[in-house]
Amino acid sequence: MSEEILKELEKGKWPSYVTEIRKAGYEGLLKVYGKALEDKMTHFIHGGMVGVKGYDAGVIGRMTDMPDVMKTSHLLRVIPPAGWFYTTEALRKICDIWDKYGSGVINFHGATANLQLVGIETEKIEDCFNELVKLGWDLGGSGPDFRTPAACLGPAYCEFAMIDTLDIYHEIVMSYIEDIHLPMHPYKFKVKISGCPNDCVAGAARADLAIIGTWRDNIKIDQEKLKEYPEEVIKMAVERCPTQCMKYENGKLEINDEECNKCMYCINLMPKALRVGDDRGATILIGARARGRIGSFLGWVLIPFMKLEKPYKELKDLMKKLLDWWDEVGNPKERIGETIYRIGMGKFLRDVGIEPVPQMIYRPRANPFWYYWPGEVE
Amino acid sequence: MVEETPWGLRNVGVPHYEQFLHPVIKKNYGKWAYHEHVKPGVIKHVAESGDVLYTIRVGLPKYVSTQTVRELCDIADKYSQGYIKFTSRHSATFFATDEETVDKIIQEVESKGFPVGGTDHSLKSIINCVGWTHCHTAATDSPSIAKALYEALYDYFKSYDKLPERLKIAVSGCLNMCGATHASDIAIIGVHRKAPRVIDEDVKAFCSVPALVKICPKYAIRPKKGDPRSVEIDEEKCMYCGICYGECPGLPIHDPKNDGVSIWVGGKVPSTKKGPMNSRLVIPYLPNNPPHWPEVVDAVKKIVDFYVKYAEPDERLGETIERIGWEKFFKLTGIPFTDKHIDDYVFSYMEFRKGVTFKHT
Repeated sequence: MSEEILKELEKGKWPSYVTEIRKAGYEGLLKVYGKALEDKMTHFIHGGMVGVKGYDAGVIGRMTDMPDVMKTSHLLRVIPPAGWFYTTEALRKICDIWDKYGSGVINFHGATANLQLVGIETEKIEDCFNELVKLGWDLGGSGPDFRTPAACLGPAYCEFAMIDTLDIYHEIVMSYIEDIHLPMHPYKFKVKISGCPNDCVAGAARADLAIIGTWRDNIKIDQEKLKEYPEEVIKMAVERCPTQCMKYENGKLEINDEECNKCMYCINLMPKALRVGDDRGATILIGARARGRIGSFLGWVLIPFMKLEKPYKELKDLMKKLLDWWDEVGNPKERIGETIYRIGMGKFLRDVGIEPVPQMIYRPRANPFWYYWPGEVE
Repeated sequence: MVEETPWGLRNVGVPHYEQFLHPVIKKNYGKWAYHEHVKPGVIKHVAESGDVLYTIRVGLPKYVSTQTVRELCDIADKYSQGYIKFTSRHSATFFATDEETVDKIIQEVESKGFPVGGTDHSLKSIINCVGWTHCHTAATDSPSIAKALYEALYDYFKSYDKLPERLKIAVSGCLNMCGATHASDIAIIGVHRKAPRVIDEDVKAFCSVPALVKICPKYAIRPKKGDPRSVEIDEEKCMYCGICYGECPGLPIHDPKNDGVSIWVGGKVPSTKKGPMNSRLVIPYLPNNPPHWPEVVDAVKKIVDFYVKYAEPDERLGETIERIGWEKFFKLTGIPFTDKHIDDYVFSYMEFRKGVTFKHT
């Protein structure tokens, strides 16, 4: 019965993950998963603590309630190169190691941004990792630690990139590598780096700290190249502009850049004719997370504009301040956005020494209750 | 900092990205002029130097075998000079510098069964968590739901002009939302509908009673009367979030008869136009019905049909609904509106309609 259900999942036009598990010869997983489909219930149970010596993160323990078929199926999270770029040579070597010790099933890539090697037995983890680490591959984050960051492809081949996302990613991984391996915070801390407001790695939705490229000066217009776009596209950009700061008259486009809120919609529509400005940096959002104890948060503005140039000292100083503050006041299992929400944005800003600015909010408070700090009123 | 320890190398970090960049990328790094969508799945990137790079997006399943990875590597060796990239949504990217090679790559990867598409105004690769294939908290099976949706919406992946804008679908097995579901155009999220059962001996053996009392967001867990090393749950307060089960195997929440999926729509991430938006609940419950998930597929198709019919050009699903109003959305789709749709938790006040302007439906 369960085999029939699995066969159904191998039909159709879209390539089947079940076929891939079968190609890898991972019979144990097929049986446990097939039974789950038949019973309409998972057969995985809490996995217990597994890992490699010296780290408290990076291996996700998984056990099943069908020990006769497959007792354990742990998962290794491997930190991928910035932007998920690989050579075939590097991938083949990873495959060789994974065939030797693991199931042969790989997930490119997990929701945590890691390269996930799915399905290994407890006693093989250490040897498998020791071969990977010799080639320069390390384990990613799990549990209440600094998680593997994520970066969009950025300047590699996107003209919208206003910060060097790949370099920032690399720098953050290398600076926080010990933090990635030792859970020591109230809960997980995720950093995602996008080169522009299109936010291709979804930092605004999913990162405790989202670094999103932006610019402060004027959009550059090439009136000649503008002619390559149909009138209706140009008019759509003008009409849909959220700040209504564009004008199109007599075949000429004008932008009142002082009113522009840098949403990038017009540039997306006409990338040949419109370019972002030259005064580039990033907006930093804080606090996003999928459902917490009180609901989902989207990230909100913490730093409206930060110049981001090597060695990224301002960014690193900010991250240190945030983590120190949160380590001090955060409750277990509370992401930093929830801590700020519980304690209050005003107190948080004061504690970490960040100046309040109107860009942080849509509108000022409507409720009449607020605080003065000791010494503020005589 | 790299460490030599008695048990091996530790904290090596990550290999530097530069060695993984295609020569055309390395040469034109940070100096790109513009891009164009030349056909479904293919983007042409033009550098300021005049160099051209084509990227070809290939849909992959959630899991790939090492055998498949090697086959993809063979193709990348043959046409992309040994370079390959993956995206944040489970797909692979191949590189080419001329159109002839683009066509060869498409022909070869498609002959292996991997479709090229998912760029511009298309169905993007569906993000899904591991569901029943590898997780103890999943209320539903994300990978098979994603597969069923791919089959139903395949043409939208393979084309780039049949949708008003991009369509991002994500599937999570439970409210932990590992599948990035809280800001997707259409999100499918596994739900439990009954409070966890209490297995006294397991709670006593594996779990901390004070930790459980503290961790419940609704304060529905308290020490059991007369047996304080176990707990009891106030079923009326429980909102089935599953946080306690994540902490304690003695509180199983799975229920094959009543677990199922919910459907959410209208989320988006980019800051363009009105900015990021959360996905909103439209269908509180559909039954778990693997392997083909007919109820879920029908519901999603209905929502996509609505989007194609009512969206203005270049509008994301959430933008369309916000423009015409949610009351209109429920009327036009025929999806029933219930008490489950009205928020009754921490942020509920923000969602109540103030003023007297709305549409009579």
